[in-house]
Amino acid sequence: MAGFIYNWVDERLGLTEAIAFARHKRVPVHAQSFWYYWGGISLFLFLIQVFTGILLLVYYRPGAEAFESVRQITYVMHFGWLIRSAHSWSANLFIFAILVHMFSVYFMKAYRKPREVGWLTGIALLFLGALFGFSGYLLPMDELSYFATKVGLQIPASIPLLGPFTATILRGGPDVSEFTVQRFFALHVVILPLLFLPLLGLHLWMVQKHGNASPPSELEKPAAARRSIPFFPNFFQKDLAMWLISLNVLALLASVFPWDLGKQADALTPAPAGIHPEWYFMAPFHMLKILGNWLPGATGEVVGILLFTVGLALWVVIPFYDGENVKGSRGRVAHYFGIFAVTALILTTALGYWGVR
Amino acid sequence: MSDLPVIDKGMIEEAESTPTRRAFVAAAAAAGLCYVGAMAYPIYRYLASPAEMAANESAVVEVTLKGAQTLATASALMFKFGSSPAMLIHGADDTWVAFSAVCTHLGCTVQFEPQMNRIHCACHGGVYDAHTGKNVSGPPPKPLTAFKVNVGTDGVVVSRA
Repeated sequence: MAGFIYNWVDERLGLTEAIAFARHKRVPVHAQSFWYYWGGISLFLFLIQVFTGILLLVYYRPGAEAFESVRQITYVMHFGWLIRSAHSWSANLFIFAILVHMFSVYFMKAYRKPREVGWLTGIALLFLGALFGFSGYLLPMDELSYFATKVGLQIPASIPLLGPFTATILRGGPDVSEFTVQRFFALHVVILPLLFLPLLGLHLWMVQKHGNASPPSELEKPAAARRSIPFFPNFFQKDLAMWLISLNVLALLASVFPWDLGKQADALTPAPAGIHPEWYFMAPFHMLKILGNWLPGATGEVVGILLFTVGLALWVVIPFYDGENVKGSRGRVAHYFGIFAVTALILTTALGYWGVR
Repeated sequence: MSDLPVIDKGMIEEAESTPTRRAFVAAAAAAGLCYVGAMAYPIYRYLASPAEMAANESAVVEVTLKGAQTLATASALMFKFGSSPAMLIHGADDTWVAFSAVCTHLGCTVQFEPQMNRIHCACHGGVYDAHTGKNVSGPPPKPLTAFKVNVGTDGVVVSRA
């Protein structure tokens, strides 16, 4: 019976070809193989985001009623708190997983030829992920989200000439209001997914086409000494096991530490003490703060944004600087640049949290 | 894969101390079902919340309409009995009646037509008697549910018959 169904579907959809396509890719096995899981974990957490996001859409109302609807989801609807908590926690774990994925790709030099497009689409996906985080953070319209958005939009506003205009358009007025929630909502559930999904498709196609990159230490070994396993079903099974672990971690965090809902946003109440950006925005904010102390006034912010943009641009174009798999100074420079970037991010994040403690 | 899931000890003994393929598949399927259940139950309750709230609302047995005793003759007052619409009719002959305003055909909200002295459903032309709620013509299969009406000095109390 199963064979009959398989043949029926196979004849029409070509299952055998799809399986052969999936089997074609092999995954290298070596000491650093653990890092290969993080792309898959990111993908899984993204799927959770989509799923819990759709469930939240069932009751969420953007605009003037935003806070009231989130209050309802959290306190009135059965298990609404859990679904909202799972959405918030998986959003944070998602950003964390992509960061781990990106840095492991960077240090394994998986951006090198011919994987430049995978690197570029990956960075674009991280950027969109950060925008998902920023726009989603406002949607409950509680005190924290209100002030975080207010402060966050000051950053583009400080860019000379176009800045104030851009910030006003994003905000939908001179101040964060129900219009801001409404357009952030459109951004969060329509525009960003429309951009994210095709990019994700291209990114996954690149992984399928070029396979997982072996780190330079592996490539030095003779071909006969390198080991690998087929992606399907062997690595896929391990991927699923990692997904299960991720799901368990998420379930534990979401239920034991339910996501908080603050007081309703009110422009007339002063900002609560110890307010700070989400952890993944802490590093750039703190760098701006440090520069602001050195260079007073708007100069600090402009210089900060400039430095950050240059650093990010260098990070993006790294495959075109360190593109060939040869031993040389370029590979070393890229490596040190990576270590510098990680150190700077961790240090400024830690300093930022130290400051709000 | 060396990192196979841990198998329940009792099950291993049952299978003569070796995890047979059958036992493993059974354990995996049971664990999978537990997972699906643990996720499906909260999602179901979440989606069903408004239905439960409506059920709680419709558990009411009595509604007091303040000031409704001043309702003019040959006119009707629409109100909510629990979660569903209902109508209080003060007839031209000074009689008081109340019905569910949900058409028994396909659920549209019906209206009182004083000039014809009837209750009419605009969706498919169903007609009910304005005194008894009985289905007189058109597609409705049943009469409208009638409520008990008690006219007081400061309001009208409508309760389940």
